Amino acid sequence: MTAMLSTDTPTTEPILRMTGISKTFPGVKALSDVALDLRPGHVTALIGENGAGKSTLVKILTGIYQPDGGSIQIDGREVTLPTAEAAQDLGITAIHQETVLFDELTVAENIYIGHAPRNRYGLIDWAAMHARAAAILHGIDAPISTRARLKDLSIAQRHLVAIARALSIDARIVIMDEPTAALSYKEVEELFLIIDRLKKAGKAILFISHKFEEVWQICEYFAVFRDGRQVGAGRLDEVSHNDLVKLMVGRDVTQAFPKLDAEIGEVVLKVDGYCHPTEFDQVSLELRRGEILGLYGLVGAGRSEVCQALFGVTRPSAGSVTLNGRPIAVRSPSDAIDAGIVYVPEERGRHGAITAMSIVANISLPSLKVTSRRNFLRMAEEFALARQYAERLDLRAASLSQPVGTLSGGNQQKVVIGKWLATLPKVIILDEPTKGIDIGSKAAVHAFMSQLAVEGLAVIMVSSEIPEILGMSDRVIVMREGRMAGLFERQGLTPEALVRAATGNKEAAA
Amino acid sequence: MNTIRSLLARREALLVLACLILLVAITARFPAFSTPRNLAGVFNDTSILIMMALGQSAVILTKSIDLSVAANVALTGMTVAMLNHLAPGLPLVVLILVALAMGMLLGAINGFLVWWLDIPAIVVTLGTMTIFRGLAFVLSGGAWVNAHEMSRPFLELPRTVLLGLPVLSWAGLLAIVLAALLFTRTGLGRAFYATGGNAVAAVYAGIDIGKTRFLAFVLSGTVAGLCGYLWVSRYAVAYVDVASGFELDTIAACVIGGVSTIGGVGTVGGVVLGALFLGIIKNALPVIGISPFWQMAISGAIIITAVVINARGERVKGRIILRRKELPL
Repeated sequence: MTAMLSTDTPTTEPILRMTGISKTFPGVKALSDVALDLRPGHVTALIGENGAGKSTLVKILTGIYQPDGGSIQIDGREVTLPTAEAAQDLGITAIHQETVLFDELTVAENIYIGHAPRNRYGLIDWAAMHARAAAILHGIDAPISTRARLKDLSIAQRHLVAIARALSIDARIVIMDEPTAALSYKEVEELFLIIDRLKKAGKAILFISHKFEEVWQICEYFAVFRDGRQVGAGRLDEVSHNDLVKLMVGRDVTQAFPKLDAEIGEVVLKVDGYCHPTEFDQVSLELRRGEILGLYGLVGAGRSEVCQALFGVTRPSAGSVTLNGRPIAVRSPSDAIDAGIVYVPEERGRHGAITAMSIVANISLPSLKVTSRRNFLRMAEEFALARQYAERLDLRAASLSQPVGTLSGGNQQKVVIGKWLATLPKVIILDEPTKGIDIGSKAAVHAFMSQLAVEGLAVIMVSSEIPEILGMSDRVIVMREGRMAGLFERQGLTPEALVRAATGNKEAAA
Repeated sequence: MNTIRSLLARREALLVLACLILLVAITARFPAFSTPRNLAGVFNDTSILIMMALGQSAVILTKSIDLSVAANVALTGMTVAMLNHLAPGLPLVVLILVALAMGMLLGAINGFLVWWLDIPAIVVTLGTMTIFRGLAFVLSGGAWVNAHEMSRPFLELPRTVLLGLPVLSWAGLLAIVLAALLFTRTGLGRAFYATGGNAVAAVYAGIDIGKTRFLAFVLSGTVAGLCGYLWVSRYAVAYVDVASGFELDTIAACVIGGVSTIGGVGTVGGVVLGALFLGIIKNALPVIGISPFWQMAISGAIIITAVVINARGERVKGRIILRRKELPL
């Protein structure tokens, strides 16, 4: 891999230097041999696709995860960050995508929780706390009362409180994990003014964002992560947009995906003018028999929300859905299952499997209407159904009565997919079908998806992994901020085109 | 391999073992305790607890809790006792149907509040617990209905011996069979486990979790209603404080029997054994001459032990969930 290290010596010495950081989770190598420098008074952008290892790195920096190897130096001294407290004591603070604050507490309490000023009896010195909180808020031009309850504030104001909290612990290293994700254009401008002020105060800032314009607007340095490795770092003024996109996407896109040629048939599902009050707007799509339709976009672009509406989990505010030429009204997941639309959700643990229940009970759960007679369950039927799909999906388990919680991630995913196939659907929606599972299971899921299309199912695949989108889809819809940002055919589709549509980055069009 | 399942299996084996050890220890000092006749008596004594613990377990499986069951017993018991006193001619069948219907209604009120108003079950049933108990007072004006004010059939039914066992014991056995069928052989039973095991996944699988919880409360209430009659008839007295604190016994039986307080895990066998274990202790302690205050302390210690064992079982599960969450998503 080509590392793009800056050739000239930087003018400032880094406060924080991480080298050779590795972290492995069961079945997944999250970070391998990663390096990162943060300099005082400068903003470093951390760029990478979902799953590139950015969040893992942030968690190591804030003391939540322990690295398996590597060194962390602050001011040239070797440090360890065994706990979140230790990280805070060393002046590291993180402002998360969804800020971790307390709704029912006041602004001052939120700013000073854990390190409230004390009076000589060891009790909280409320007057000092409010005075200091007010001073910090004044310093960042945030006109918020220190006595207001957090729940009464807007999202932007909450971010300001989070920033004030970061300042209150005298942080020198500030991590901002997609801080602009929930902000309006004007609020982003205000945030940038604050970041400028933090820079002038000599803080070292790590800025994680998908939005390239923002990166160019406020960052001086960059580091690009891909598949848990650092594939490039240096000064932003020495690279172009296209360089970054290439680094970010990087891979040899022609890597083997077992996509079979399926016969594309008639339109099965037609969605027209689909709208939701907050999540998406004017989405229209057509899905054909035997087709795999890729749905690409950044996190929060509204892809999953569209799919959840199709499955009856949320209600759209406008638009129509036609299945095999007949308009359908889906009011609940039960309706969707009956109509022949199923949704394999993204988070297996939260939405997919019931881990305490057996493999059999999980697989038969949406099909109980079929396997039972007069409301009485028939175990033999359930076992037969489960056995059929366990074999088809090559499920590795000692026994079908085994609780799903005892299976590996890949096998749990197979149970979840098997459970939906057992309902004999016409349309199957797979939301990030291979997220967080090992390579072997990934290939199996891809092969299986392809097989389904050949057998005449219509597949919608939501994915944030560009190789997967390019390798598996017949057509790709890109969504950005709840709207459709592009519709691409498989032929001649490039990763750059996808990233451009998803980030709204016009300059890179070259 | 089969960790959670085998843990549960072990829980039942463990309880059988614990009951046997208890019996052996007691028999060593009081041989009469373990005669078949006395053991049948202990079972008969525990029947109401078994029935109500099974109702409670349906609610706990769905990740809720029903604190109002004992107050339900008091209110329904008082109602049927007063009906019996005021209209001695009313056939017993009618009274039992009244008890069932009234218990069902009280359970439905709990379920409705949990379902439609989306209030946590512990708050709802804490409220209805007080309301039901209060209504029992309003109804009776604080007065007792004593044995001589009850009709003979009303008093005799639970004691009537059929095929060697009193009707009360038969009711307990029937409840066990019906609960086993409901929990393992019906869609509703499966929905109880799914709702408590992973509510979101259950919704995605097309289960109406609100309705499932509602039905669990209706079941628990109906059983409590029936037990209202059985209780006042068996003890031949109805007053406001009947079954005071008994809701905790039903919860304890569930917890000792391995029902997870976070829902989704538990078996009928475990609950029955949990109730029997409590029943044996309650019956044995007075025999060996331990004061009632020690009995309460001992019961409490057993419950804490059971909770610790349950928590360990859940930790195995928890670790797997944690590992999945740690994936770099």
